[in-house]
Amino acid sequence: MLKKSFFGFTKPWIHYAPINKKPQSPISVQPSGTVTYFLERSFTSRANLLLKTGDSVTTGQKLMLCEGDDTYIISAVNGTIADISPHIGEYGKQQTAVTLSCSPEKTPDTAFADAAGEQTLETVKQFLGAIPGGASFADFENADKSIQTIIVCGMDSDLMVATRQHVVNTRLDAVTSGIAILKQISGVQDVRIAVCKDFVQGYGHIGAKIQFVDTVYPSALPKLAVGQVMGQTVPAGKTCLDMGVFLISVEAVAALADAFETATIPSEKLLTLINKDGSQQLVSAPIGTPVRDILAAFNISLQEKDRIIKGGPMTGFALYSEDHPVEPDTDAILVQDGATIPLYSDYPCINCGECVRVCPARIQVNMLVRFLEARQYQEGADLYDLHSCVDCGLCTVVCVSRIPISQYIQLAKHELAQSQAVEAENG
Amino acid sequence: MVDQKKLIVSPAPFWHDGSSIPVRQVHTIAAAIPAVLFGVFLYGLPALGVVCLSVSTAMLWELAANRMTGRAYSIGDGNAALIGLLLAMLMPATVPWWAVIIGTCVALFVGKHIYGGIGGNPFNPALIGYAIIMVSWKGLFDFNAALVNYDFGFNMIYPLAAVKQHGAAAAANYPLCSLLLGMQTGGIGATFGLGLILGGLYLIVRGFIRWEISISFLAGVFITALLFNIANPVKFADPFFHLLTGYTLIGAFFLATDDSSSPVNLIPMLLYGAGAGVMTMLIRNIGAYVDGVVFAVLLFNIANPLLDKIRPKALGKVIDHA
Repeated sequence: MLKKSFFGFTKPWIHYAPINKKPQSPISVQPSGTVTYFLERSFTSRANLLLKTGDSVTTGQKLMLCEGDDTYIISAVNGTIADISPHIGEYGKQQTAVTLSCSPEKTPDTAFADAAGEQTLETVKQFLGAIPGGASFADFENADKSIQTIIVCGMDSDLMVATRQHVVNTRLDAVTSGIAILKQISGVQDVRIAVCKDFVQGYGHIGAKIQFVDTVYPSALPKLAVGQVMGQTVPAGKTCLDMGVFLISVEAVAALADAFETATIPSEKLLTLINKDGSQQLVSAPIGTPVRDILAAFNISLQEKDRIIKGGPMTGFALYSEDHPVEPDTDAILVQDGATIPLYSDYPCINCGECVRVCPARIQVNMLVRFLEARQYQEGADLYDLHSCVDCGLCTVVCVSRIPISQYIQLAKHELAQSQAVEAENG
Repeated sequence: MVDQKKLIVSPAPFWHDGSSIPVRQVHTIAAAIPAVLFGVFLYGLPALGVVCLSVSTAMLWELAANRMTGRAYSIGDGNAALIGLLLAMLMPATVPWWAVIIGTCVALFVGKHIYGGIGGNPFNPALIGYAIIMVSWKGLFDFNAALVNYDFGFNMIYPLAAVKQHGAAAAANYPLCSLLLGMQTGGIGATFGLGLILGGLYLIVRGFIRWEISISFLAGVFITALLFNIANPVKFADPFFHLLTGYTLIGAFFLATDDSSSPVNLIPMLLYGAGAGVMTMLIRNIGAYVDGVVFAVLLFNIANPLLDKIRPKALGKVIDHA
């Protein structure tokens, strides 16, 4: 938990903490009964499905819901399909949850091994879309956005997370060959790797230009990190992809190398488990492992009204169930004791200005939140720079009135994006 | 799925620095306590009576406003108590009880609740209460008349009134050191310069007020007073005298810094503070009133929304000149 410093007139400087000099090795956790995967498509009817309950699945098998889908999951275990059901993700995103009950043996699936001979974008797109770290390789083929630069993210964007840092510190060889593969499949030669200043020592030639990002939160958030690496700010309302920059986690790059070296699809996700007392532990678990199994492996007892967060304390996402699985982009799991959770209040903004001083994007948060509270999202965007926000959450951390500012901002962005999509559809 | 534990789900971020409105108000009250204690020590029970009446009625008006508007009770957040305390600090110890009650009523209703309560007020509520009773019953706040029955062995003429009537020579009767130590007449909590400065520094260091406003206010007072003094040393007193008399210090650290009626960006804060300081000296030296802090701060409270439009360019903002 963060405490306001006694000398409150200065800006709070929250530093990313480097993990110990001697890297701890991750402790492996295996799923005990079931694994769950989310397919990024809505589940409408049971007709014409490729998957059925009771189907048996082998390790590394690619599973698609319907013929011709471009989304798929890769099973990390042997097992049988126990359940297929609709699932609602963040902001009402329609997903399909596929639950497998696992069996102890591991029979490798051979489909990828047959294709792994040639390192092409097509192979990567077909089989490696769900590797640990997560990457959307389809962006390379998106015609209207030509990619000039690939940035390998070796910095953990949230506080207390040490996952990517660990990969950079221990797996540089794999990262080096992963970068070579990336260059080959994409044809992009400008590859840069972004790491936190002072965190990494002793790297040689790895085929990418090493760029440092600042160690004060939120410098390693994607938009701000891209600004530092590219030397130019991402315009408000634009994505990094719009600038021709492709971001990929260093873990995914290492996994890319592993995939072609071993001719199997990697499925062990590295993540930082942050306990209630703030202690960190590196964990390696197959993608799909329920959070429940990870907590049980470290004897973390969960009480009523505790909080489990996928991701770090500033930008994570709270889970409502212990059955939520480890996903390809789950870099951390944070457990909070219910007694220490600060609650939001319904006080209005008192205009103290703490948020304005702390905002890395120089937004007038005090004015913006007045518009957003009144649901005037478009006015907030036009007059008070809603789209400049980088979602760091610092305004909410320092808010004296304890307003859920970040929630208002994210909701406003979501609502605006939706109405724009509808307008585009209607011409 | 049935016997699942209920977890707390909320949007990010999942940390908070622990600050809250009650903490902020309580620390501001604590910072004002030395100056108030000095006034109570000097004027005795009447001063204590005014302070207690003012704080308690302010809280009762808050409760009444909460009930009338059907909102959650905010009496416990300390804001009403702070408004009552600041109002009492401005008043002479002999002010009649009804004036205190009317003052807190105006402060809470006209100053705060008609705008929607805490955070919505465009003016400092305590100053609204004070200004309205001062304009309505002028005689109550003539400190020379109000405190005529007191004699503590120092110069008992209200310093600003003396300077206004007799010119800069009168300032020589008030050594700066004794002004700093509170040996002057005035409001209950407005005369003890040292206590106000220490309280103000505490608030600045802890981040409960914005130093830019306090410092620029004092600078505005000092520079304007200095210019007047240079222009006519016989008529206008020296700047140090003006810094330590009247409501200058309480204005700089407790009144101008009210959260919702002051700006938050750097340049607007400096303009706001300096503007209120300059206006204070204009009223004192060439205006009708003896002290100008109250109206100067209220005037710049109005300018706050406009001043706060001066703001830095947001990250990645593309200005379209088409």
